[in-house]
Amino acid sequence: MPPTDAPHVLRLRGLTKRFGPVLANDSIDLDLRRGEILALLGENGAGKTTLMNMLFGHYLPDSGAIEVADGADGALRALPLGRPQAALRAGVGMVHQHFTLALNLSALDNILLGAEPLFALRRRTGAARRKIDAIMARTGLNVDLDAPVGRLTVGERQRVEILKALYRDARILVLDEPTAVLTPQEADGLFQTLGAMAREGLSVIFISHKLREVLAFSHRIAVLRHGRKVGEMRTDEADLPAIARMMVGQDVESPPRPPMTPGEPVLELREVTLAGAGGRAGLRGASLRVHAREIVGVAGVSGNGQAALAALVSGLAAPEKGELLLRGAAPARFDPAAMIAAGVGRIPEDRHHDGVVGSMTLAENLIIERLDDPAVSRAGFLRRGRIRAEAERACAAYDVRGQGPDGAARLLSGGNMQKLILARVFERAPDLILANQPTRGLDLGAANEVARRLLEARARGAGVLLISEDLDEILALSDRVVVMHEGRLTEAPARDRAQIGLMMAGRGAEEAA
Amino acid sequence: MELLDILTNANFWAAAVRIATPLIFGVLGALICERAGVLNLGIEGIFTAGAMAGWMAVWLGASLWGGVLAAALTGAAFGLIHATLTVPMGLSQHVSGLGVTMLATSAAYFAYRTALPDVSSPPRITPFQPMDVPLLSDIPLLGPALFQQTALTWLAFAMTALVWWALARTPLGVALRAAGDNPDAVDAQGLSVYGLRMGAVTAGSALMGVGGAFLTMSAFDAFFFGMVNGRGWICIALVIFASWRPGKALLGALLFGAFDAFQVRLQTAYGGQVPGQLFLMAPYLLSILALVLAARRAEYPRALLVPWFKGQR
Ligand SMILES: Nc1ncnc2c1ncn2[C@@H]1O[C@H](COP(=O)(O)OP(=O)(O)OP(=O)(O)O)[C@@H](O)[C@H]1O
Ligand SMILES: [Mg+2]
Repeated sequence: MPPTDAPHVLRLRGLTKRFGPVLANDSIDLDLRRGEILALLGENGAGKTTLMNMLFGHYLPDSGAIEVADGADGALRALPLGRPQAALRAGVGMVHQHFTLALNLSALDNILLGAEPLFALRRRTGAARRKIDAIMARTGLNVDLDAPVGRLTVGERQRVEILKALYRDARILVLDEPTAVLTPQEADGLFQTLGAMAREGLSVIFISHKLREVLAFSHRIAVLRHGRKVGEMRTDEADLPAIARMMVGQDVESPPRPPMTPGEPVLELREVTLAGAGGRAGLRGASLRVHAREIVGVAGVSGNGQAALAALVSGLAAPEKGELLLRGAAPARFDPAAMIAAGVGRIPEDRHHDGVVGSMTLAENLIIERLDDPAVSRAGFLRRGRIRAEAERACAAYDVRGQGPDGAARLLSGGNMQKLILARVFERAPDLILANQPTRGLDLGAANEVARRLLEARARGAGVLLISEDLDEILALSDRVVVMHEGRLTEAPARDRAQIGLMMAGRGAEEAA
Repeated sequence: MELLDILTNANFWAAAVRIATPLIFGVLGALICERAGVLNLGIEGIFTAGAMAGWMAVWLGASLWGGVLAAALTGAAFGLIHATLTVPMGLSQHVSGLGVTMLATSAAYFAYRTALPDVSSPPRITPFQPMDVPLLSDIPLLGPALFQQTALTWLAFAMTALVWWALARTPLGVALRAAGDNPDAVDAQGLSVYGLRMGAVTAGSALMGVGGAFLTMSAFDAFFFGMVNGRGWICIALVIFASWRPGKALLGALLFGAFDAFQVRLQTAYGGQVPGQLFLMAPYLLSILALVLAARRAEYPRALLVPWFKGQR
């Protein structure tokens, strides 16, 4: 815990930003001390990213002021607004929610971009390399500087982002949802590093939806709701329900999971072997059974074959060896249409990319999986009136908040986009639901809503295959847990965090017990 | 054994390099624009305007290099129009590019007709002369091909090396490539995306202008209507063939030059038996084939064609 009397390094006053009709930030004040780790919380669309983007100069505030201690004397001085160059010079570094890396350049080039004089006949990278090596040695953030960033893993890319800021001598580091794409191990590693750097005087602001890591690693918590700052508290005086209440404005309860008797198997994998796409891990003799009225959670460090499993069940890949049975019968073909027809509903991992067509309306996105359904089209023509009416109803039933059925899907926030996908999947009453990282990047309320819908589907008689990196989520929702490691699936004997954690690292069930 | 005769004929190789020269300028120019994220379909018109401006400057009394400068500046001016429309204003790069092609072509014809309202045969200038490098030009095949060319061909080779160096080895080149891959990365490091992209399009268009000038100041000695004849479009295709690399761009241009030179000679050899159009078609057909083979592995600048606006997502 940093001394609460450490000098201030940052002071935001009355920052306001409006996007058309949306008041994204409404007169926000925020202070930060030297060596402090501040967690910035809030629901999807609360305005966290907008606030940080104003601090960094990506967005020009409509009104308000920013003061940064930019020199050795530690005095706060006004920061010129709307200019990343000025923020960088004042020692503010930012790791964006969506990485800002040029994939065609090496890690070194990305770090040096903008840091060296632009007009030079050749580059002098020797001194820069030495400086970066020193930073890497000090922080443990190691990457291969000469590898093209496109070939680095997500975790490595994030390290490059942080190195970019540290190379510019950042004294204030902003990280926007840094752990959304990291495995739990990588996330813990990141926070260890940040903690060590904070003890040396770095001030950190990080945004996260994962309250566990917020409680474990931050010193202070600030909460935004609908563009306003609604509260602040010291982390050692905070607990989960209190934070959740402040974020959502009311008590948040995770949905109950009443016990149920599983029915017939709806999905069965028998010794399936399948090569992974693009050099990623595939399946190696994986066996699995999901029954009706049952949620089976697949735990595991990502990259152990989850992608192949999801591809198989959604019909994007066929098993090379072994069998896949849906309600005891092999599917007619391995393609998405056949799987949908056989009663599989899919919540894809990358909702922006595979879940919706961003430029199409909500109504169109809702019917896209059943264009030949007589309820949707007749004699090759869409029944627009009906489609719209149904979309109105679905949007209301699933609480999809946006610009209505005729708005483009791309304008939805992450949580609302996911609700749209849930509406599409659940309206067909599928026998088997494949939910792949269904709450990634969603706030507490939206995540609970997803959980509630999955439990509802289970009560109705569906089987759910839940793939998630978030062990808490798996333990909260699943009736049974299987652990995925190097393309194999092993049933966890008990719902025991520590044991499952060991199995995720590759220990056998007996060993881990 | 006509084929072998052609391939072992020094004239053939010299012609191949000559035909390739304007393409080298053009493809380098288009490559710079696209590396920064902007497709420049203005190239066909900028060729025409450059050809016209270079020739006109010399005809009005400027030196040959003065003409080259005039062509470069003309290209840069049209490039600036394209850059303004597509970068800060973010308009469709296709529409703006085709518009610039029409504008530049018409402007060139208009200037020509205004200056010379009633000549029937186009006035001639004294163009660049082949530089006969002693000794080197006596090397069989390679000698005439490389060492009996005009200074502009040498400039084209030099530009290839220069563009390669600039893109690969200078901070500016790195920033430019970043602007074409992820403009957000450039912005987040405090550099100006607008500045980089506009600069790249302007500079690339200047090169295109010089490529046009080669036609009127080296390959021929006068300006004709329709003389560019699709060379600009070839360059656009060659950029893909080259996977946005200057070295491969040079290779692609030379390959096309060789196809074209070969085609002309085949036509004289076999012209009686086979329709001539078939030969005319051949270089394009072969280019398409080469493109199909090369482009499968091509890695596009990821932000090509995507407008970027500050403060938006
Ligand atoms: N560039 C922009 N143009 C238009 N609207 C925007 C822009 N940036 C943000 N918004 C809107 O401002 C609001 C706040 O968005 P912001 O990205 O700051 O939320 P957030 O708290 O970071 O949410 P999340 O947790 O989903 O990342 C949202 O309603 C969003 O749609
Ligand atoms: Mg955000």
